[in-house]
Order: sequence, then C-alpha cells, then structure tokens
Amino acid sequence: MDIFDKYEALAGRRAQLLAAGADPFHLEIERLDGPTSAVIAGRPTILLGTNNYLGLTFDPACIEAGVRALRAEGTGTTGSRIANGTYGGHRALEAEIADFMGRRSAIVFTTGYQANLATIGALAGPKDVILVDSDWHASILDGCLLSSARVVRFRHNDPEDLDRRLERNPTPEGCRLIVAEGLYSMLGDVARLREITAVKRRHGAFLLLDEAHSLGVFGARGRGVAEALGVEAEVDFVVGTFSKSLGGIGGYAVSDHPRFDLLRVCARPYMFTASPGPATIATVRAALAQIRARPELRERIWANARALHAGLERLGLTLAAPPSPILSVRLPDERVAVLAWNRLLELGVYVNLAIPPGTPGGVSLLRCSVSAAHTPAQIETVLERFSRLATELATLAAPAAAE
Amino acid sequence: MSRGLRDGGKAAMRAAMTAPDPDRLLAEIGELVARFAPPGAAIERTTELTSDLSIDSVAAMDLVMEIEDRYGIDVPVNEIADLVTVGDLVDLVARQLGARA
Repeated sequence: MDIFDKYEALAGRRAQLLAAGADPFHLEIERLDGPTSAVIAGRPTILLGTNNYLGLTFDPACIEAGVRALRAEGTGTTGSRIANGTYGGHRALEAEIADFMGRRSAIVFTTGYQANLATIGALAGPKDVILVDSDWHASILDGCLLSSARVVRFRHNDPEDLDRRLERNPTPEGCRLIVAEGLYSMLGDVARLREITAVKRRHGAFLLLDEAHSLGVFGARGRGVAEALGVEAEVDFVVGTFSKSLGGIGGYAVSDHPRFDLLRVCARPYMFTASPGPATIATVRAALAQIRARPELRERIWANARALHAGLERLGLTLAAPPSPILSVRLPDERVAVLAWNRLLELGVYVNLAIPPGTPGGVSLLRCSVSAAHTPAQIETVLERFSRLATELATLAAPAAAE
Repeated sequence: MSRGLRDGGKAAMRAAMTAPDPDRLLAEIGELVARFAPPGAAIERTTELTSDLSIDSVAAMDLVMEIEDRYGIDVPVNEIADLVTVGDLVDLVARQLGARA
C-alpha cells in the first residue's frame, strides 16, 4: 500500500479539473503590471480574483518603507518572538493596530491562518464550548480543533439557532466562545452582528469575530463590520489579516481583555514559528497609515463594488449577496462553473473558481473580488467580457443536457 | 432543505418524552439520510455513509445538522468523522436522547 492511496478520489477529481483547462488552484501569474492587471498564459488579464481590496500592493509609500526596512534590518528575523527576540517594528505595529482598532492590546502573527489557529486554539480549552458559524474558514475550524474544546456548529448567520444551541450547552465549569466572521469570504454576505451580539449578551458568552475580509473596507474608520454595525463594544476578540486590504502577509488579534497578553505564552502557533520579517512589518505599517489617511480608497472600492454588482445583475447573472467587495456569481453546477472560469480567463479576466467542498451548501461560484484600484474602464471591460460569457453560458451548459 | 425542521425545541421535548425506540429512530434517520443519498439507495443500519451512499465529509456535515435540528441535539464537530454507518447515527441520537431523558 502506498501512503498516498488515501487520496485516490481527490487525485481523480483533480485530474478531471486539469483536463478541463487551466489549473484553477495554481494559476501561474507570469507578470504583474500593477495591483489589478497581469499577464497570464501570455495574455493581458484583469485581476478580479485577488483580495487586494484597497490596491495597496504597489503603493509607492509601502514599497519604499519595505525597501528601507530590508536594508536596515535584513531579510528575516530567523526565529520566534519568544526565543529569538522582538524587533522594534513588531512592537510598533502592535501598538498601531491596537490604536487603529480602538483596543487595549494587539498581538501580531506570522500569517492570518496562524492568527485564528493561535487565538481560538488558546482561548478555548477542554472545559469550554465553542459555537462556530457553519460557514467557517479552514483556519477557524483548525483553531477550534486545536483548542480541544467541545465544538458545536450553528446554522450560518442564524442568531435563533445560535440561541438554541447556547441554551443546550451550558458550561458550569467553563466558558462559551462564539466564533463568526464579519464578511463571509465565499458568498460575500455580512454577519447579522446586532442579533448575534444580543444573543451573546443574554447568555454571557464571549464573541470572537474574524474581520479578515472587512478590515479597511467596512466602517467609518475601516475597522470592519462590527464598527459599521455599531457593536464593537460587544465583540471581545477581533482577528484579522495583513494579506488582504493591507497588501502584506501576517495576521493580528486585538482585545480589551486585561489578560489578553497571556496568549503570548500559551498560543503555540504564536510561540513556535518565526516572526514576520522586517520588510513585511514595515509595508503593513505603511499600509495602515494609508487606510487612515485616505478614506477615499474605501469610497472607491464601494463605488466599484456597486457598479460591478449592478452590471452583473443587468446581464441576468445571479449574485449570491448584496454589493460588497466580494461578488459571487452563482452557476448551475461545478461543470459549468469550471467551463465558465476557463472561458473568462481566455477572455482576459481572472476570477476565483469556488466549488464544493470549499463552498457552503455545495454551490458552484465564480467569486470576484473588487479593488479600489480597478479603474472605471477596467470595470467596463470586465462587464463586456462577462456579457460575452453570459450569452455563451447556454451553449456551455448544453452538453450536460445530452449526457 | 431545512425548512420545517427548525423547531428544535419542540422536537426535542417530543423526543425526550418518549423513550427512544431504536426501530423508529432508524426509520426516521433513514428518511433524513435518504435526502443526501442517491435516489433509491437501500438504507439499513449497516449501510456506510461514504462508501455505500457517496455522502462526502461536507454532505455529512449538512446531514448531521438536519439530525441535530430534528432531535434538538448537538453533535460536536470532532465526533462527526467517527460516524461511519447509519447505525452510528442512530446510536448517537439514542445516546443523546437517553442521556437527557
């Protein structure tokens, strides 16, 4: 027996996907021409499948900050914060994130994935119960499993179901931790935080909110969905990432809890990994300053999101949620979605193919993410190309009927 | 697909008042399983969810959610992977209802 035999079914599915065209999960971007355009398979392509919400990856101030840090502090830290030292930049970024989020303390992690793994994994323990929204991101589920708490799902964005499950799961010797996301990454729907925080308060539970996709996009100051809905005071822990609107890599968690800093000596994904490198820290600090200084970036991304959402609906396509920086087009099934994704790529538009098991409810989607850096001309071109796809969709779907 | 099954509270009371009868549970759970299985598939106690009914890990999550709603119980995520047969589902529900009664 071979050690990879257990992945037989997965290998078959992957081969089928590759036979249908380009590899949707490892698409090679040959050359970047900026935050929203690139060359893919020799073709100039509009990027509509990144998470570059504010378009800051090529921001001159961020690049300059990164280059300066690289020269001053070197290429990497070569170790963890606890064993190999904390750099001034780590501390400064933590202070700036805490200040930006209006919180008492912040902890920076090497990736966004580790931010959830570390925070959820350490906050909850064997006597606790985690109540997690069933549309979880993998990092949330993995954090839950790492915690060794009892992990109970509640129906996606359903405060009544959360209420019932809290009722059924008292913890006389432990705590209850609710885990939800601000903006859900696949369908682009927003958490019902007013209702969820009301339920949370009634049951005396804690709430952790992942604002990975909403930082810099939602709220008057760009703090996320909790700010936009006016419920920040009810959210005990916020987790986020540097890799989307901030254009870098890494993650953070913030809280007003006076003992929050204890995570630094009990969260293993924080303790036993190399700390973020100097250039990364510097670009993220510069990007955070951009978010504060340029609210027009938020205005632009929302204008683009609304224009694209309206345009796609005019073409007769079905959108999964109201306008947000994540616009997911529903397609009838996986086969059509794969064909449509390949066709769009041929037409020069890169979007994300989202198919089961990565999607809630087994839906197949073309997931588009909008950037503040998309120009009105690019949005128009994208809509023209989607229009061609829409007229072709009937034909693309036809062979299925014959089968 | 979950419409009409959300009233977990009442269903739970109903279920708790009557001692869980294994045959009835098997019939009820079999009906829920059938919604996730290929049409016409035979569903017995020993039927395996994945190999016999092609219910993958994600579909299993949805199936368990339906069962949770129906009986007003919670199946911790870490226990779902251990559910191999239809009988495992029946035993799990019986155990939880029994523990509460």
